[in-house]
Amino acid sequence: MCVEWHVTLSLIADVRRLRFDSIARFSQEVVVMVVVVKSNVSPRFKSQQDTEFTAALLRELVAHLRQNRTQLRQEWARRIQEAQLLTAMSEEEIFAEATSVYDNYVEAVETGTFEALQAYARNLSERVIPRGVETDEVVGIVLLLRDVLARSLFAKYQDDFDKLNSILDAYEPAANRIANTVAVGFVQERERIIREQQEAIRELSTPVLQVRERLLILPIIGAIDPHRARQLTEQLLRAIRTNRAKVVVIDITGVAAMNSVVASHLVQTVEASRLLGAMVIVTGLSPEIAQTLVTIGVDLGKMHTVGDLQGGIEEAERLLGYKVISIVEEAPQA
Amino acid sequence: MEVPILKQQHYLIATVQAALTDADLTHLRDALVERVGEFRSHAVIVDVTALDVMDSFASRTLRDLAYMIRLRGAETVIVGIQPEVAFAMVQLGLNLEGVATALDLEEGLAFLNHKGKSRGAGSNLSRN
Repeated sequence: MCVEWHVTLSLIADVRRLRFDSIARFSQEVVVMVVVVKSNVSPRFKSQQDTEFTAALLRELVAHLRQNRTQLRQEWARRIQEAQLLTAMSEEEIFAEATSVYDNYVEAVETGTFEALQAYARNLSERVIPRGVETDEVVGIVLLLRDVLARSLFAKYQDDFDKLNSILDAYEPAANRIANTVAVGFVQERERIIREQQEAIRELSTPVLQVRERLLILPIIGAIDPHRARQLTEQLLRAIRTNRAKVVVIDITGVAAMNSVVASHLVQTVEASRLLGAMVIVTGLSPEIAQTLVTIGVDLGKMHTVGDLQGGIEEAERLLGYKVISIVEEAPQA
Repeated sequence: MEVPILKQQHYLIATVQAALTDADLTHLRDALVERVGEFRSHAVIVDVTALDVMDSFASRTLRDLAYMIRLRGAETVIVGIQPEVAFAMVQLGLNLEGVATALDLEEGLAFLNHKGKSRGAGSNLSRN
C-alpha cells in the first residue's frame, strides 16, 4: 500500500508540472488510480465504528499538525522557494500567506467544512492574480503543502504501517478536497476577471456611425466571436432603422481572421440589411480573409465588396447620388 | 382577418395589421394578383410593419406573390420588416431572393417613384 501511495504522490508531483487545463483530465486518472489502489488493498466497508475511528484519527492528525505548526510551516515555505514558486512575492509575504493558508488548511481538515477555506482562497486569488501569480503556482504550493504534511506523517508513523494507512485514509480525502477547493477557487476568480474584461471590451464594442444622410459605416476591429457578431448585427439593424439608412459600409480592415461561422454570419447580416432596404458594402478584406472565405466556400454572390474604406464610401456616395467635388481644383494654380 | 388593399394612383398598398393565418396570406396573395390587373397598377407594396414573426410559409407566400406580380407585369416591394424579424428570417434561410424590400412605406414609395421615373423616360412614346 505504501509503495502504491508513493506512486500516487509522484503522479501528483508530475501533475504539478503540467498546465492546469490538463490537470483536470490527469487528476481524474490519479483519482481512478487511488480508487483502484484502495479497492485492491483494503476492501472494507464503512460502518458506524469506522466513522468514529476516522474521526479519532482526524483529531490525532490535527493535533500533530498543530504541534508541529512552526516547523512544518517553515519547511513548506522553504520548499516553495526551492521550487521557485510565487516569485512575484517577497519572502516575508510568502511566509505570511503560508501561515494563514496553513491554519486554514488545518482547520478545514479538522472541521471537514470548506466554506472558510473557499472564502480565503477567493480572497487570496483576488490579491495575488493582479501580481501575476499563475494557476500552476497556486496549485503547486497547495500540493507542496500536501506533500510536506504527508512526509511528516510518514516520518511520524514509519514504524507502524497499519496506523499510517489509517491516518492517510483520513488525511487523503480531506487534503484532496482542499487542493481541489483552492484550485477551483483560483480558477473561478480568474474566470470572473476574464468575464469582466470581456464585458468591458463589449461595452467598447463597435459603434455604428452615420457619415452622411442615409449612409452608415460600421468599422469592425479585433476578433469576432459568434456572440459579438450577433451583437453587431443587432446593433446595425437597429441603426439602419433609426437612421433610415440606404447604404451601409462595413469595414473589416481591423479583423485579423474569420472562421466559417462568423463569415456566414456576415453574409446573413448583409441579407438581413437588404430586407430592411439597405445595401451593404464590405470593405477592407485582407488577403488572408479573402482566402479563407473562398476556401470555406462562403456564398459571396450577395456581398458587394470594395477594396478599402475610402473606396467603399465613394461607392456608397455614388449609389446615394452624392458627388464630391474638390473646390481647390477649380482655383487656378499660381 | 382580411387585409385591406388600397389603391393609391398607380400603386396598390396592402397593410398587414395583425398576425395572419396561412389562409389569410393565400387570400391576400390571390387578391393582389387579381387586382393588379384589374386596376392596371404598376406596383404593389406590402407593408408588414405589424408582424413580429414571419414563418417560412409567410415568406414563401410573399416571394411567390412577388414573382406572380412580376409575371403580371408589375413590381412588388415588401416594406417594414422589423430588424429582429429580418435576422430571424435570414437565419432560417428565408431571404426573399429577388424581391425588392424597403425600410417603410415612405421608402417603398420613393423607390417605386424613382424606378417609375427612369421607366417613364424610356416609354414616353407609348404614353402619348
